[in-house]
Amino acid sequence: MYWNKPYECMPREQLETLQLKRLQKIVEKVFHNVPFYRQKLQEAGFELGDIKTLDDIKRLPFTTKQDLRDNYPFGMFSLPMSEIVRVHVSSGTTGKPTVVGYTRGDINNWSEVMARTLTCGGATKNSIVQVAFGYGLFTGGLGAHYGAEKIGASVIPISGGNTKRQLMLMQDFGTTVLACTPSYAIYLAEAVEEAGIDLSTLKLKHGIFGAEPWSERMRMEIEKRLGIKAIDIYGLSEVIGPGVASECQEQNGLHVFEDHFIPEIIDPQTGEPLPCGEKGELVFTTLTKEGIPVIRYRTRDISMLHDEECACGRTHIRMHKVMGRTDDMLIIRGVNVFPSQIESALLEVGDTQPHYLLIVDRKGSMDELEIQVEVSREMFSDKVKGLEGLEAKIKHQIESLLGLSAKIKLVEPHSIPRSEGKAVRVIDKRKI
Amino acid sequence: MVKQISLFLENKKGRLAHVCRVLGDAGINIRALSLADTADFGVLRLIVDDPAKTNKVLSENGFVASITDVMAIQVPDVPGGLADALEKMDKAGLDVEYMYAFIGTASQDALVIIRVDSIEGAVEIMEGCGINVLKEEQVYSL
Repeated sequence: MYWNKPYECMPREQLETLQLKRLQKIVEKVFHNVPFYRQKLQEAGFELGDIKTLDDIKRLPFTTKQDLRDNYPFGMFSLPMSEIVRVHVSSGTTGKPTVVGYTRGDINNWSEVMARTLTCGGATKNSIVQVAFGYGLFTGGLGAHYGAEKIGASVIPISGGNTKRQLMLMQDFGTTVLACTPSYAIYLAEAVEEAGIDLSTLKLKHGIFGAEPWSERMRMEIEKRLGIKAIDIYGLSEVIGPGVASECQEQNGLHVFEDHFIPEIIDPQTGEPLPCGEKGELVFTTLTKEGIPVIRYRTRDISMLHDEECACGRTHIRMHKVMGRTDDMLIIRGVNVFPSQIESALLEVGDTQPHYLLIVDRKGSMDELEIQVEVSREMFSDKVKGLEGLEAKIKHQIESLLGLSAKIKLVEPHSIPRSEGKAVRVIDKRKI
Repeated sequence: MVKQISLFLENKKGRLAHVCRVLGDAGINIRALSLADTADFGVLRLIVDDPAKTNKVLSENGFVASITDVMAIQVPDVPGGLADALEKMDKAGLDVEYMYAFIGTASQDALVIIRVDSIEGAVEIMEGCGINVLKEEQVYSL
């Protein structure tokens, strides 16, 4: 099943011709419209017309999340706000988040790639799609929503949380497709079991899951416990949101929608492009984005590309399920967490530079975050009440900053291991 | 006012022994102690013969410690002796944060360390109630 067979199954040669044409156009566009890119391209000694083949993409400079942050809020937009119909904001590190803007055309293209994604996952116009990704500034909910509407499915825009209601609507409305984070899918599966709901009474058949790393083992568990076929989807707001890549029914790598995005794998240290089959950092260039095109955007996600033919008939290259991160970003219950955010929350509580350690673990199906904080002289109180109050204050600060609940554990000074004087910040015990 | 040393301890095997060894090696004699604990951590409170030195030794050994003013009171070592004293304090509006008993004794009386919410004027109030509050030096040299 394809949503757009001519494009999804386009012969490679024809696809690459289309990519080259679009790449030349987008580079010219950002050169003229975005001062940031013009300066960067000029500094790299780049001239318009230098893109003669697709391989010339290697000559373009990279774009990073920091560049987006430096140009907060709208400095990277290539069109005036009068052309922007929507903005989304990604959970960022300390300080300013990153903002992306969509034109009417971008929303159409995003709906298109999400329509392909949903179709890849098994949805059709007859499907009833329960979108349990969060709606709002996060791209997950609205991305899945627009794609599902585009294919003509019936959408239940329930957003995340409220598990009881999720189950009620799933039963009463006969949901056939579930879209959410994989950890929430497991949580729902547990809730189904706890409620004593017989799986055979549910109409659920397909699941499209993304926005956080998950393993094959987790896939098997979701498939078994919910009685569905589970598909991995990939995206990030800086590139478009969900809909950058999706697994097909073969469940063997995610097809990158190459008529819209060019993927590359680079060595994260040297920036050198790596051939297919080699592991490195994923980089994307958008080919059709109007509001905020990105040139060689470094995702910090680790993956590899596979160019072998896929049995599904799609000609688009496949990326391996994301295998990790090149930076210290953690994804906990779908929330992006940088240790520096924890640090700033601690600073607000304690006034002094705290030593802390994040321990992430997966208990059952849910990610748990424990934050160990070394007690400083300033924080210390001879009253247990005072120390418990401190724990509660830190917990509250983290919750309001990240929207994530964490267990706070006060520990003795110097008890957190340091390597070469620098504290180790993160221990990720999750076996994903 | 009696200086109490408080320090933070993780609820981990061997920590209490470690701190006692550190103090012992420094020649510090513990006069009274109490340990308040939660699942994860504890606060050890000490009355010692030399608070300033203790604070220094603990800091040098990487502990987080602080000095708090507390009162050492003398109560008759008979049934109801402590109850009488506490009732008097209650009537006088003194709120006890925590308290613990002394290891040694002074003559026939028991000694109790009391931490009140606001120490300001507390000694006078106590004495006004007829409770004997010990001087700093008396306590350290017991």
